[in-house]
Amino acid sequence: MRFVHGTPTRPAAAGFLLAPLLGGCAGPLSALDPAGPGAAAIALLWWGMLVGAALILLGVLLLLAHALRPRAAPRRVSERLMLGGAGVLFPLVTLTVLLVFALRTGEALLPHRSAGDRPLVVEARGQQWWWEFVYPDFAGAPLYTAGTLHIPAGRPVDVHLSSRDVIHGFWVPRLAGKLDAIPGHRTVLRLQADQAGTYAGACAEFCGLEHTRMTFTIVAHDPADFAERLTALAAPPPAAEPEVAAAFAAGCGACHSTDARTRSGAGPNLAGIGRRLPGDLPALLARHPVPRPGHRMPDHAVPDAAMLARIAAYLEELR
Amino acid sequence: MTVLEPAPGLDGELDALWRTPHGRRGWLSAVNHTNLGRRFIVTACVFFGIGGLLAMLIRIQLATPANAFLNAGLYNQIFTLHGTVMMFLFAIPLFEGMAVYLLPKILGARDLAFPRLTAYGYWCYLFGGSLVVGSLAFGVAPDAGWFMYTPLSSRPYSPGINADIWLIGITFVEVSAVSAAVEIVVSVLKVRTGGMPLSRMPLLAWYLLVTAAMMLVGFPPLILGSILLEIERAFGWPFFDPTRGGDPLLWQHLFWLFGHPEVYIIFLPAAGAVSTMIPVFARRPILGYDWIVVSIVALAFLSFGLWVHHMFAVGIPHLALGFFSAASMLVAIPTAVQIFAWIGTLLAGRPVLRLPMLFVCGFFFIFVAGGLTGVMLAVVPFDWQAHDTHFVVAHLHYVLIGGFLFPMMGAAYYWLPHLTGRMPVYNLGTVSFWLLFVGFNLTFLPMHLTGLLGMPRRVYSYAPDLGWDWLNLLSSVASFVMAMGFALFLADILLQRRFGERAPADPWQAGTLEWAMPTPPPSYNFASQPDLSHPSPSEALASEIAAGRHFLGFARNGWRETLAVEAASGRPDQVLLLPGPTLLPLWMGLATALFFVPALFGLYPLTLLGAVLVIGLTLAWLWSMGSRDDPPTVPVGRGLSIVAAPADRRSPLHWGLAAALVADGSLFAALGFGQAFLHLVAPNVPADDPVPIGAAAILAAAGLAAAAGAAAGSRVSQARLGIAAAGSALAMAGMLLLPLPAPTEHAQAAAANALAAFVALHAGMASIAALYSLARLRAGYVSAVRDLALRNTALLAAYAAGTGILALALIHLLPLAVR
Repeated sequence: MRFVHGTPTRPAAAGFLLAPLLGGCAGPLSALDPAGPGAAAIALLWWGMLVGAALILLGVLLLLAHALRPRAAPRRVSERLMLGGAGVLFPLVTLTVLLVFALRTGEALLPHRSAGDRPLVVEARGQQWWWEFVYPDFAGAPLYTAGTLHIPAGRPVDVHLSSRDVIHGFWVPRLAGKLDAIPGHRTVLRLQADQAGTYAGACAEFCGLEHTRMTFTIVAHDPADFAERLTALAAPPPAAEPEVAAAFAAGCGACHSTDARTRSGAGPNLAGIGRRLPGDLPALLARHPVPRPGHRMPDHAVPDAAMLARIAAYLEELR
Repeated sequence: MTVLEPAPGLDGELDALWRTPHGRRGWLSAVNHTNLGRRFIVTACVFFGIGGLLAMLIRIQLATPANAFLNAGLYNQIFTLHGTVMMFLFAIPLFEGMAVYLLPKILGARDLAFPRLTAYGYWCYLFGGSLVVGSLAFGVAPDAGWFMYTPLSSRPYSPGINADIWLIGITFVEVSAVSAAVEIVVSVLKVRTGGMPLSRMPLLAWYLLVTAAMMLVGFPPLILGSILLEIERAFGWPFFDPTRGGDPLLWQHLFWLFGHPEVYIIFLPAAGAVSTMIPVFARRPILGYDWIVVSIVALAFLSFGLWVHHMFAVGIPHLALGFFSAASMLVAIPTAVQIFAWIGTLLAGRPVLRLPMLFVCGFFFIFVAGGLTGVMLAVVPFDWQAHDTHFVVAHLHYVLIGGFLFPMMGAAYYWLPHLTGRMPVYNLGTVSFWLLFVGFNLTFLPMHLTGLLGMPRRVYSYAPDLGWDWLNLLSSVASFVMAMGFALFLADILLQRRFGERAPADPWQAGTLEWAMPTPPPSYNFASQPDLSHPSPSEALASEIAAGRHFLGFARNGWRETLAVEAASGRPDQVLLLPGPTLLPLWMGLATALFFVPALFGLYPLTLLGAVLVIGLTLAWLWSMGSRDDPPTVPVGRGLSIVAAPADRRSPLHWGLAAALVADGSLFAALGFGQAFLHLVAPNVPADDPVPIGAAAILAAAGLAAAAGAAAGSRVSQARLGIAAAGSALAMAGMLLLPLPAPTEHAQAAAANALAAFVALHAGMASIAALYSLARLRAGYVSAVRDLALRNTALLAAYAAGTGILALALIHLLPLAVR
């Protein structure tokens, strides 16, 4: 439990010792650049196992090299020492120690409810090829977003995973391990970010044509900012000019909601998209008539370029 | 240098009996294990080349970020096919080829127990494999990943024919794997030379025996899963569909129940090759023979208890994960025992570093490293990070290439002089080794880091700012170095065949049986089968064998003769008379193709026709064996006379049926597991009320009991066979008439219907067997000492009754118990 809820001394100390190695391990999706207690505990486990495995490999190879040295006469080798000792006893002891350590670490990473840690509960629903996030109870009503999950820093978050179609894998390597979202099942992943920041997520389980692009982002906020951010999302979206609203409703509106308080149709909720994809929207909409292969965007009358630009400008306002 | 010269005239006489005729018809009708073994090996290598080309396409695509070389759809087909080809069309068939070629030679026999079955297995492999690979040419190759997770592979998310090609094509190939497994198990147990007890068999035979036994138990869950998924796709029985009470995790359990043992099925034969080569090059017997045998058997058992470690990230309770984690680590122990037995043998001997040993050294480094990352992945929390990333890709290539390919290439250099009769062109093999070793490690070592830096498996592209660029580029460049190594290996083999020096007898001074024959081997292997009950120095033994001074050193009656033994003691108990070249296996393979291929297109009447043809050909095949006369006792040399081709419980056919029923029983157990899983574990809304036990169930049970009772015992009677046939037919009718809910409504209903269909099918088979035996009896093939047909009918009827009663309990009582 200490790695998760106690002081971060041990991981920090280990991090200090391994600092030169860790330099090459940074990256937005790096499990070796942990930013939360779950990922930190696993990274520590990894470094320990790496050192142990390297020593064992070295030992075996040295023994092999020794065995291959030319010699004049055969040598006596104790079967009991070689097979009973090195073959049975050594792995048995090593693995028992490792197993105990692994089970303790694993147990600490699970979403147990213990006294004092009130985790935030959110839902992540996977579907080909995006994630819908639901805050089941924000100020008395659910809140829906897509693509970005906002969480408070420093507080455990239990992500309840489900899927609308095939199996997806929810993975934010810098915060925690991964867990599958399986249709017909509900699984719960505990994660936590130590600091405010942006953390990349990917779909780990192969889920079809656009598996590669099924990415998402977790934004961890300081607690005060978190409440502010959700409150902003929960506010009604700004009103569009009437023609823009009509054009939007005729096409996009069939699937996409712009209001985080209502559940979107078949497509991702666009609430907050202006903040999520700043500057990208005109180009995205210009390509809209030819959606990426595999995307299930239905055919519908596409407005002219000028109107697309105006819709893009409107979406930019959804922050 | 000894040259092994057979006694004058003996070679010609034996070769006339055993050789495969020349020409196209001869090629198509071959049943000789040396021919078929070579054929399996060459075909597997062709598929390896195809799988390798696919791998190169993958590495080109991933060499640079945002590469537009392949699109997502094509990439998915390519990586799915790469895994499928390497697993099912290369690794397993290469092992089968090795076993088919070597097994009789290391056991001192002249062929395997069922030569025509070997040929049939080859045709199934060739046809099924071509179907799977050929689909790429039409752009409809499977594209849901080589483990075909549902619901991605089910109809709504894979509407095309791609998934059907995987399910049907691979099942077709698995027919070949199960045939080979039956063949190998029975051959090791029964078809050895005289005086070789189980406890003194060559270690390789132990490895092959255990591997084949694992295949008998391990492959059926996958075959069952594939059948169920194909039925779901074609007829809407929702075994895996969560919207109708099914569960995608059931597929994962069935798949990995196969998939994990599969890893050891691939590793063990290669380990057998290592255990064969190391004592030869260490110049001393292996250290700890008994330890190794126990380790192999322990490995086989353990490997069936850790499939869930492929499912650590699906949300299974942590306690259960702890169990599977412990089991996964435990499997390291029998592996470690073998590693240290090998090193200990080298330590105790006076090793010489010849070319095959170079590959064995490469194996040690790569396989131990892969084993260690395997232990890491067995650590549940670490797996939560590493699962489904390139770390796993790196790990599995370390264990499969390190644990299978490197030892097999060493084995290739070791046994090529046997196949070709020529010695390798040494330096080329060394260069090939270093290209492979360096290329492999530079490809896959960085890939561990790529995975930990967050690169998931099966992504066709990646953004440039994730820190994966140089790692992927390194892997791609190095993979081409590895490809050059393979090309050089191929060139070396061709050069060796063409220009290699003639191999001396026993070129490595191995002193083992397979080298106690001329190379390339004659069609009959041994001019006489070695009598091992009085061990004599190998040099003398080889020339005695060649001179025909051991068992069966003569040709008579136009018989293809080989000894069979009591399984444990190795005392000869009969002479087997093996069949000669025939087109029957080819026709059977084509009929099997007629069963499988039309199902791809929904042409089920043709499928039915295929099934009828398969049954008819099976009966014709069986009918061709046996005799109307009681078996004679014949001299076999060395003062020994034993019975020839007894048609009773000693016959390998009896053992063969028992082995086939073990595989069938594993399939039934997997189906029962599915039924129990859907009632006990799957998070579904249960189906309607349990089906009450009615008249049909009672009829079925009574019919099964009557059939089993009537067929049991050894008394020869037409009436008893008649009752067995009628009872089984009644049971079949009863199972088909069970008042079960429609299978499309709910997964539990689908499972109940599948169980009923299973029992109906087996009751039908028992009925046909009883009728067949009745006909054999009337035609004079059966007597009190020729009761094989009756015994096999009894075994089948008892099996049908046993599984039938269990199935009825699973259908009627399990739902009641769950309530």
